Amino acid sequence: MNTMNTAIAGVPPHMAQGDHGDEHPDSSNITTFGFWIYLMTDCLLFASVFATYAVLFMNTAGGPSGPDIFELPYVAVETATLLVSSITYGFAMIAAHQQKRSQVLGWLMVTFALGAIFIAMEVNEFHHLISEGYGPSRSAFLSSFFALVGMRGLHVTAGLVWMVVLLLEVTKKGLPKRTVTRLSCLSLFWHFLDVVWVCVFSVVYLLGVL
Amino acid sequence: MSDSGTEMAASHGSVSGYLMGFVLAVVLTVIPFAAVMSHALSKGSLVVLIVSTAVVQVLVHLKYFLHLDFSYSSRENTFTFLFTALVILLVVGLSVWIIYSANHMMMG
Repeated sequence: MNTMNTAIAGVPPHMAQGDHGDEHPDSSNITTFGFWIYLMTDCLLFASVFATYAVLFMNTAGGPSGPDIFELPYVAVETATLLVSSITYGFAMIAAHQQKRSQVLGWLMVTFALGAIFIAMEVNEFHHLISEGYGPSRSAFLSSFFALVGMRGLHVTAGLVWMVVLLLEVTKKGLPKRTVTRLSCLSLFWHFLDVVWVCVFSVVYLLGVL
Repeated sequence: MSDSGTEMAASHGSVSGYLMGFVLAVVLTVIPFAAVMSHALSKGSLVVLIVSTAVVQVLVHLKYFLHLDFSYSSRENTFTFLFTALVILLVVGLSVWIIYSANHMMMG
């Protein structure tokens, strides 16, 4: 049965029906593929904002430039929380496929905590910049910086809300096939945001302080 | 069940796969951070180092965390991604080219 599930999306529903007592035909491959398509459009959105940043980052209008406001040790800690949260979500997915509910809940909570630490650090960084008068209205460089890093931060926040919903769902319903599919979609979302962060810390922070 | 276990491991990742990806990602993060913070290299070589480690790290994430490869089950995802990557290359690359050329000509 699992061979069927992991084969292709095109198999007739009755052939790919799961044995987890779910009343719906198997659509997990279609669902995750559809979600992947959404992620690719999100990728284009990020690419456009990256292009905007690349075009505008030198226009500091007499305000601060990258080396004046970026603190690499702080960014390194942010990066570390994200990288660890990536692997803990991976462990949650492995546990989900093995139907180990308590492990899934444990790893999801660790992932949530790490994501929350990241968002807290980012909000703190933004608050610090704005209180020093370096808000998004200071220069085109800062506008594009807040747009890019802020947009990614909003994505992570949305991921955290989604994670809470799935935590409640797993607590209530356990791990039927549909829930595992939802966990898979959030997995793609979470790891995708990590890929975006690799581009952010490389382009904005590391190249920015040179 | 053991059969389905290996099937799952192939398409959804295994503990060793995630650990491998994690170690590679950490190494590829530490290298550029350390190089920039230690000021050991010239600016030109730092740019090359940052860009190349970033590209490799993105590929590591795609392979070990997002499980993209050319196997039968994830081929559709991979081709969708490759098409998106092409569009991104056009959007970012051409935007930067056009605007930087425009800036250059205005200054000149």
